[in-house]
Amino acid sequence: MELENSGRESVLQIALLGGVYNNYLALEATLQDASQRGCDEIYCLGDLGAFGPYPDRVFPLLDQYNVTCVQGNYDDSIGNGLDNCQCGYTDPRDNHFAQLSFDYTLANTSSGNRAYLRQLPKEIRLERYGLEILLCHGSPRRINEFLWESATSTQFLEYLGKQHQADIIVGTHTGIKWLRQLADQRWFCNSGVVGRPENDGATNVWYTILDIQTGHHGSSKRRALENVSWRHVPIHYDYRRLACEMEQEAIPTEFIETIRSGWWTTCLEVLPGKERRRGRF
Amino acid sequence: MTTPKVSLTHLDQLWFQVAGTLCNLTCHHCFISCSPKNDSFGFLSLDQVRKHLDDSLIAGVKEYYFTGGEPFLNAEFVDILCLTLEYGPATVLTNGTVLKEEWVERLRKAESLSQYGLEFRVSIDGFSPESNDPIRGNGTFGRAMDGVLRLVDAGFLPIITAARTWPMEQDAEILDRFVQMLRDSGYAQPRLKILPTLQMGAEEQRTHGYLDSERLTDEMLTDFDFSQLVCDHSRIVTDRGVHVCPILIESPDSRLGETLSAACDDFPLSHGACMTCYQFGAICSNPSGQAYRVKSDEHGT
Repeated sequence: MELENSGRESVLQIALLGGVYNNYLALEATLQDASQRGCDEIYCLGDLGAFGPYPDRVFPLLDQYNVTCVQGNYDDSIGNGLDNCQCGYTDPRDNHFAQLSFDYTLANTSSGNRAYLRQLPKEIRLERYGLEILLCHGSPRRINEFLWESATSTQFLEYLGKQHQADIIVGTHTGIKWLRQLADQRWFCNSGVVGRPENDGATNVWYTILDIQTGHHGSSKRRALENVSWRHVPIHYDYRRLACEMEQEAIPTEFIETIRSGWWTTCLEVLPGKERRRGRF
Repeated sequence: MTTPKVSLTHLDQLWFQVAGTLCNLTCHHCFISCSPKNDSFGFLSLDQVRKHLDDSLIAGVKEYYFTGGEPFLNAEFVDILCLTLEYGPATVLTNGTVLKEEWVERLRKAESLSQYGLEFRVSIDGFSPESNDPIRGNGTFGRAMDGVLRLVDAGFLPIITAARTWPMEQDAEILDRFVQMLRDSGYAQPRLKILPTLQMGAEEQRTHGYLDSERLTDEMLTDFDFSQLVCDHSRIVTDRGVHVCPILIESPDSRLGETLSAACDDFPLSHGACMTCYQFGAICSNPSGQAYRVKSDEHGT
């Protein structure tokens, strides 16, 4: 899956990660990986909390590795002390587990970190070599919009790009990475998440590196777009330790099973059929 | 008192009334009284659908929905779905009773070749013949379940869609019984969607219609998340033109124009059904496509 670039010294590497979900062990492994690869910039696309143990352990890592964050719907909810995660589930079982996760995270996130979550921006705009790059959580128009690969047309993504004046849009939120090239070599990318495996029976998580080859662009946006490439990077971390810590914190066994097995056990209602049938449940 | 209006924020969902009002069943709660004899709306042809699909590219449509009547009564429907999967994700609302194995196989192949998904929403209104058949007709539970299992065998995961013909407080119990029934039948990853009934069409005779007082007001819509209303982000094509939403096609004021670009006008929320949409929200969308406005979302409408 991972594509290596040749001539790395001439490449601007932007690390993009989403959905930390309290998984500070996977986050640390991801940030170490990005640093070792020499990534120039690191961005997190939101949802720092949920699912895993010890929410406050995420924040020092963001600081240590100089990670700039976009606000996710979970961050909005935890930061503002709302009563649910605003994912919009309607299935009672999904809502039951989502609420357990939310209540735990809210109760275990310090007031200082909640203040940090509150002030996060809903989008970050970068201009690199003439390219307009828009980082968001769900979609550029709605923080909690699910953009699934099988349920999102190319013409809709092109509409979003035009509407929001972006050559490249990067989001997360769904938990499953994907990438699509649009007209005029523009891009939409879902970075994947580092908080839980992506429902494929493997325990690793994923983040994404956007590479822009430097030095050949001049003032041409088209030329800059020709020099864009992507890497989805698998991260293997100590998931057994995370699972033990989740047990110590009395987090529901359904969540622990996902960490140990790589299969999603909850919040399945929002998956389109094509993505859902790749999973076990 | 003025009637509030809704603007089309963006055409996310394009619907097709692909079988008009013709259906092989005569369900007692059907909100447009579809039946084998109701031909007030006719079939859409492949060419008609293709024209609107082409127009939809410019409009940036996100996904496509097909309804009727029973869509599979349209002899061109499998071709229509295969074509649509070249444009975007497709969802079919079907009663599941007329599905042929060769159609399902062809559609599965078309979906596997597409980057997009094909969803089936199969209407079953009870977890047993005793609870379903009085509403949908004798023998329909068994026939619809045959269709569900045909889809499951082919690799699809149909969404069983049930109209709430029971008190809302029984939702959890009835969902559990649905899930159990589906698992017992061999559907290992069951998906369900519960819809509110709409007090119109045949349902008006089965229970009652909307009261004159059941109308939306500007006051009710203050700070309301309009994205929960279908007309905020959808339009539907029938053989008469483009209408505001799948629920109101029989109302003369629902027809907004001949083409998608001519059907973008604001729509007055003057119907009783608008109240149901307001109360329950996103009633026509798939669960994967729902998103409501978060409390502090500055980008919300």
